[in-house]
Amino acid sequence: MSEIRHLIDILDLSVEEIDALIALGERIMDDPAAYADKCRGKIMATLFFEPSTRTRLSFESAMLSLGGSVLGFSAAANSSAAKGESVADTIRTVSAYSDIIAMRHPKEGAPLVAAAKATVPVINGGDGGHNHPTQTLTDLLTIQRRKGRLHDLTVGFCGDLKFGRTVHSLINALARYQGIKFVLIAPEELKVPSYVKKDVIQKNGLPYEQTTDLEAVMPELDILYMTRVQRERFFNEEDYLRLKDSYILTPDKLRGAKSDMTILHPLPRVNEISTAVDDDPRAGYFEQVRCGRFIRMALILKLLNIAE
Amino acid sequence: MNIDSIKNGIVIDHIPAGESMTIYRLLHLDRLDCSVAIIKNVVSGKMGKKDIIKIDSTLDIDLDILGFISPDITVNIIRDGARVEKKQLALPEMLTGVLACKNPRCITSVEQELPQRFKLTDRENKVYRCIYCETKVEIKR
Repeated sequence: MSEIRHLIDILDLSVEEIDALIALGERIMDDPAAYADKCRGKIMATLFFEPSTRTRLSFESAMLSLGGSVLGFSAAANSSAAKGESVADTIRTVSAYSDIIAMRHPKEGAPLVAAAKATVPVINGGDGGHNHPTQTLTDLLTIQRRKGRLHDLTVGFCGDLKFGRTVHSLINALARYQGIKFVLIAPEELKVPSYVKKDVIQKNGLPYEQTTDLEAVMPELDILYMTRVQRERFFNEEDYLRLKDSYILTPDKLRGAKSDMTILHPLPRVNEISTAVDDDPRAGYFEQVRCGRFIRMALILKLLNIAE
Repeated sequence: MNIDSIKNGIVIDHIPAGESMTIYRLLHLDRLDCSVAIIKNVVSGKMGKKDIIKIDSTLDIDLDILGFISPDITVNIIRDGARVEKKQLALPEMLTGVLACKNPRCITSVEQELPQRFKLTDRENKVYRCIYCETKVEIKR
């Protein structure tokens, strides 16, 4: 039997594997019926030690769309973790009941602990502020769908680049493609941390630009990845009030943007993208949600070694 | 200043000046009941100033943690008053069970039986990160 593959960090996958997953995701999107029975008889356990609507439902939808079944829990309070059971013991138990596990946990590194003990593949559905690789795969599939490529792109990240794990993870993934330029748009307080800037962007010699002015850089962007600027990240209310509106995307601010730019957002959004932007053809964030289901279908097939 | 030479024991030499107490703490030398001499700010041709620790007992010490403090440290094993072995150190690839992750969101903060492990991620800048949450290791000096 071949070694069990898990997905804990996006960098667990090679560029070739990511490309293959994206290609498979696209084939599934084009003909979902052809895949409707691929996982018949297989069970996915969704272990959500921390609530998440979108991620959990997308995993469940993906497994059900492949003809498989799902079981699990959606909050730690509903699991034996509430009785003090360790992650390792929970995973050993659930490995006996399922063929694949998707888990989210508030503690960073919990999925790695799980993978070490699991006898079935484990997918990290988010561990604290650390990793969220299936969101990154979702982002990559959406970019591929909208732009037709993952290379030679100027990618703008806007908002909270300090705490946004989806931003760090996507930068890590895109840094491995040719011709990528990053434009980092954030207030001083929420700039990309040095372990991303130094260890990923500068170490790979990638061109990048840091700015606080979204509108000034808008014309060069092929992708604009928005994130939420959260009030609780600021030390004082004044700074928050001063900055919050500069990072709200409105039709006005889009005036200078390329006609084929794509706007992405990991969602949920609060007010950082005005609803008036939703009907703009450049808005890609709802297609992103759709992609999330299909890329997870592709990932499940890969980790379960199920041939097309 | 003279410190008596030891008959059977260990001399940890070429410790960067000021780091001997960090080593004393991390190697739990306070728990030993044999003589332990900490010599600080010894004039050294190569290093300017250095610290030395002499332990009057042969015991297994964690060479990884010494390599982490400084790969220039040397460990001399003394038997019958003579040096029988000189160990050169290197930056270890992994540090296990010596330091604890300080990230309150790390899984090790709630599951204390998990082994604390730190991986060398940047040799040039001597950066170690927790294998679970990737938080950079910081030690109290």
